[in-house]
Amino acid sequence: MAHPPQSTALARYEPERPRGLFGRVRSAMEKWTYRQGGADLEARLARLVAPQNEYGVDPFGLELEFTKAAIAPALWLYKNYFRVECHGIENVPAGRVMLLANHSGQLPLDGMMLGISMLVEAEPPRVCRAMVEKWAPTLPFIAPFFARVGQVVGTPENCRRLLAAGETIMVFPEGTRGLNKTYEKKYQLQEFGLGFMRLALETQTPIVPVAVVGAEEQSQALWDFKSVARLLGLPALPITATVIPFPLPVKYHLHFGAPMKFTGRHDDEDSELERKVREVKAQLQSMMDRGVQSRRSIF
Amino acid sequence: MRDGVLITGISGNLGRTLAKVLHRTERVIGLDRRPFPGKPKDLEVHLIDIRKRKVEDLFRKGDIKALIHMAIVHDPRLAQAEHHSFNVLGTKAVLEYASRYGVEKVVVLSSTNVYGPQPDNDNFLTEESPLLGSQRFPEIRDLVEVDMYAQQYMWKHPKVETAIVRPVHIVGPNVKNAPSTYLRLKYPWTLAGFDPMVQLIHEEDVALALSLALKPGVRGLFNLVGPGELPLSSVLRELGRQPIPVPHMIARPLLNKLFDYRLAGFPGAELDHLQFLCTVDGGRAERELGFRPVYTLRETIRSVLGEVAPRVQRTTAA
Repeated sequence: MAHPPQSTALARYEPERPRGLFGRVRSAMEKWTYRQGGADLEARLARLVAPQNEYGVDPFGLELEFTKAAIAPALWLYKNYFRVECHGIENVPAGRVMLLANHSGQLPLDGMMLGISMLVEAEPPRVCRAMVEKWAPTLPFIAPFFARVGQVVGTPENCRRLLAAGETIMVFPEGTRGLNKTYEKKYQLQEFGLGFMRLALETQTPIVPVAVVGAEEQSQALWDFKSVARLLGLPALPITATVIPFPLPVKYHLHFGAPMKFTGRHDDEDSELERKVREVKAQLQSMMDRGVQSRRSIF
Repeated sequence: MRDGVLITGISGNLGRTLAKVLHRTERVIGLDRRPFPGKPKDLEVHLIDIRKRKVEDLFRKGDIKALIHMAIVHDPRLAQAEHHSFNVLGTKAVLEYASRYGVEKVVVLSSTNVYGPQPDNDNFLTEESPLLGSQRFPEIRDLVEVDMYAQQYMWKHPKVETAIVRPVHIVGPNVKNAPSTYLRLKYPWTLAGFDPMVQLIHEEDVALALSLALKPGVRGLFNLVGPGELPLSSVLRELGRQPIPVPHMIARPLLNKLFDYRLAGFPGAELDHLQFLCTVDGGRAERELGFRPVYTLRETIRSVLGEVAPRVQRTTAA
């Protein structure tokens, strides 16, 4: 397998602080992050490592200093709006790991909350890489934002490289099928892709199933305008109670399961991979069911 | 005795840099239709168009052991037919002569433009990635064709050790290609809301890699990466530029119009490089050629200003 790209940087550089309006906004945001998390969070975030060069970015374009400022609003949502509660986060091992979660809620806030949990609660703290949709790089402002906070286009090669470098990645095998499903299908896992299993086998990566409970109710889609979506070239066009999706202040629970390790050939027939994928799916479904039963209220 | 290294396109800015690196240790023979200003005295340069029959005479003498083919033009102002004929027919001709007259080594200079910037590119394209460069920029299809022809040649002539070298954007005090020219603009355009990672390599580091590709046993495809990757905005900040962000919807048609009226040096398709990734993995060149860039990231960027002292001596002494 190809070696992960190494930065030529050997020393830790003190990156130049940006000046002007952008610089001021950034330092204000960074202060907001620390205000919410206290000295404890500041110490945790200082432990983040990335092979940064003298311009403060890693080979994939992640900029830690930018990330620390950019997470402030997400951290506010995490602490005050969704009041995220993590269960069993100690199941997430250090080093190479694949977090595999159910996807729901019309807006991918579940991914955002899972990412924040890796920064503020997991041990060691880390920037979790989501494998974003292939059209994300065509969106102005969003594309560079994603890159600076460590999100990477979800090609198999990128995933392989990140795992080989010992990173934590986040996968939603349901994709938009899960994200944009209508309300009557809540807490029912949709069809899984097989790609994640091939990569996990190839790189011998443990899979940690994560049941996200709460997000399924945040923005309830009544029906999906499939014909209009097709016309507009969108994956789905869900109509929610608020017409356009607006997340309700539901309470999030993140249940982390024990790491699942699989062995076998990554280039095996689909039927063999499907059997392994079904095992992961069944495990995640039972974790979701238990999570729904054990919570007291949606809010 | 076979000891000559024939360099096509030697009078170009990169060719002259390579000639100065190589001619201390090798007997360099140059081929170009343009004169070589400041040519070292002991350097033999033939002023012939690469498509002419007379080129065959250079090979016929039988004293050429290696061919470095870099006579490949990329000038958007040049007529398409001329562009295509020079690049494709020229390449075909010299490569054929090389196999016919027993040249042991052929090094072809391609570039990572053959992959092309695409929204769904891997962050680190490997040598096996498909060459989609002409999908969004049809005018460069001859560059893709040259690369493909060289690959086909590599299989067809296993006796000739063929290496195809694909460097990332070459910059330096002398080169005058699109990336260097862009970075020399005081008010360069950027696409509003886009800031892709870019890779640059110093012209002398390319010359060093080409000379390393002459080592016996080296064959295959090699991406050539400089000292790392960084956001385009950081490059422009390092150079003290004042970028003008233009919305991408209007930038392309606008630049095409300006190019047509000769008010801009680049066609609109080049803007893809300011929008999407075209970054590659240079691991193979590192392992198999033993290539390590000599210039640091900061030196490489600042070299377009012409202020970093050349280090030819240091690279050859090492």
